[in-house]
Amino acid sequence: MTAHDQFPRTTLDHVPRTMFDKIWDRHRVLEREDGQVLLYVDRHLVHDGCAPAFAMLRARGQKLRAPERVFASPDHYVPTDTRETAEIANPELRGMVEALDQAAAESGFRLFGLKDANQGIVHVVGPETGISQPGMIIVCGDSHTSTHGALGALAFGIGMTEVGHVLATQCLWQRKPATMRITVDGTLGFGVTAKDLILHIIATIGAAGATGHVIEYAGPAVRALTMEGRLTLCNMSIEAGARAGMVAPDDVTIDYLRGRDYAPRGEEWDRAVERWRALASDADARFDREVVIDGNAVAPTVTWGNSPQDAVPATGAVPDPAAAPNPERRAAMEEALAYMGLDAGQRMADIPVQRVFIGSCTNGRIEDFRAAAAVLRGRRVAEGVVAWAVPGSAPVKRRAEAEGLDRVFRDAGFDWREAGCAMCLGTNGEIVAPGVRVASTSNRNFRGRQGPGARTHLMSPAMAAAAAVTGRITDVRDLVQGDA
Amino acid sequence: MEKFLRLESVAVPFAKDNIDTDQILPARFLHLPRDADHGACLFRDLRTRPDGTEIEDFPLNRGPWRQGRIALGGQNFACGSSRENAVWAMHGHGFRAVIAPSFGDIFAQNGLKNGLLPVVLPAATVTMMIAQAEADPAGEVVVDLEAQTVTAADGSVHAFDIDPFARKCLLEGLDEMAVTLSYADEIAAFESRFGRENN
Ligand code: SF4
Repeated sequence: MTAHDQFPRTTLDHVPRTMFDKIWDRHRVLEREDGQVLLYVDRHLVHDGCAPAFAMLRARGQKLRAPERVFASPDHYVPTDTRETAEIANPELRGMVEALDQAAAESGFRLFGLKDANQGIVHVVGPETGISQPGMIIVCGDSHTSTHGALGALAFGIGMTEVGHVLATQCLWQRKPATMRITVDGTLGFGVTAKDLILHIIATIGAAGATGHVIEYAGPAVRALTMEGRLTLCNMSIEAGARAGMVAPDDVTIDYLRGRDYAPRGEEWDRAVERWRALASDADARFDREVVIDGNAVAPTVTWGNSPQDAVPATGAVPDPAAAPNPERRAAMEEALAYMGLDAGQRMADIPVQRVFIGSCTNGRIEDFRAAAAVLRGRRVAEGVVAWAVPGSAPVKRRAEAEGLDRVFRDAGFDWREAGCAMCLGTNGEIVAPGVRVASTSNRNFRGRQGPGARTHLMSPAMAAAAAVTGRITDVRDLVQGDA
Repeated sequence: MEKFLRLESVAVPFAKDNIDTDQILPARFLHLPRDADHGACLFRDLRTRPDGTEIEDFPLNRGPWRQGRIALGGQNFACGSSRENAVWAMHGHGFRAVIAPSFGDIFAQNGLKNGLLPVVLPAATVTMMIAQAEADPAGEVVVDLEAQTVTAADGSVHAFDIDPFARKCLLEGLDEMAVTLSYADEIAAFESRFGRENN
């Protein structure tokens, strides 16, 4: 927090700024003496867990300040076997979806309802429709809002009281966070994806490694990622404790956004592109912390414990608590192994799985299903394994079907479902029984995340597909050889 | 929001690092309305077995800690999901302050807006306080927001930092939304400027 960033700089008085600084400065409504800044929010994404915020506003008789900046889709509570709200058997869960319909009807914001062609997980919908754009401040009452930073936006999750605050004021009080640049050098190898990279990063810096920071991902291995890969990368920034993750806009970003429903058009597009290109951090900008990761050293990565930092290469083994650096860590590891039903030293490749989940805001995009389908083509889900493919949005589902991917999944023995959060969190009731082990492309392997007693192993879509066909954790490179 | 003044209570240790909000308030309670008894769901799966019986050695089930209003946490306390319900659960159970070396950012923000004070103290201090709580579960700790100090059970006094505005809101029971709405003119001026520049 320095005085110099109070106002946007003129060129005469050049103070190098990070991309984060540029976006922050541009959205500053006012700054209080104590350093708290009132930031203006471009896009507020809302989902079916936001009922308490609408109830809060209703109780105050408070209207939305800028409903045209609010976009919503039900995702957390929607069933993935039907698109009929009336068919949600549990009235409390149905009530969450209905509450969002009601709030949209009352307040006039855009809702992509359960049957809408654009319905989906809000973090898939935002980028895919072009609602999320570079340079914006994007918030949502969900921690994985960090996803949208992949487009070069400042996007972060907020709590429910803050959701109400943004609905009422379109603004948010924030104190400037610290900045961290993670530079990924080299090239990701065959079979190694953005998911493996982010698991590797979290294992390296720790689940609290970026607490209080906004991460900018940079370096050749990040530049080489597709937009969807960058979305996966930024999505899990929160699992390293970061407020947000971001990637500077470049040709990949601009090509991705061109022609999307909510992207600017004509001259406006040209002006927008010019602005977006200027967002990159100045060459001499300083970050509070710098981390360098060797992209060549990243392997297909899988978690063994109950924190996303508990990740090892698929070729590795379950670590030994005896080797922990301190007694606290040792106890935590022992507890995780007991919960996960694993032994120290056990090879990851020997761990059997009973369920497979491909989906979520981390890995529920079209490229994820293509990557999984490439592994599944001509193969069958192993005996005794129940495998689900849950598209992140209705457009992802349609696109996959147009490409015939649904057939590949179905022929392999997968359940091909409707869009939603599904088993990532299971608030819609789609959970697994206690003790069941899941190969999951989602983002959290916390105790009980996929149901009480559920044992979650996080991995990429290709790795999850490999686990589905072998019935155990499998290095996908052993199945699909280097025809890339 | 209710006012936060001086708090004196036994301190309940949740000693592990990276305790996530999925543990504090499991997802299957997320649909409960704001005024439901979230306190009853606090740490549900660590605190009770599926049949409802208590897991004896979980801190919330032990002696004086049942009435604790101050929690002690490890690094990155309440990381993960942004669910404000985790704060409602701690508050509903009776907690008014959590002392930890670091917090999940969103949880800390949510706490400040709901009368649950997140206090950051150095890891060594928190470790010491956890050891004191385990040695004497009835030992009282004082959190004084006015003075910005924590008095540990052994009488040692530790200063903490807090955002001045958040402190004011807590001390006076101020409502942030009302404060922001008083800046409506500034926001409108920003909007007309911003609108001309596009996004
Ligand atoms: S897919 Fe999972 S992590 Fe993403 S928004 Fe839904 S519940 Fe949250």
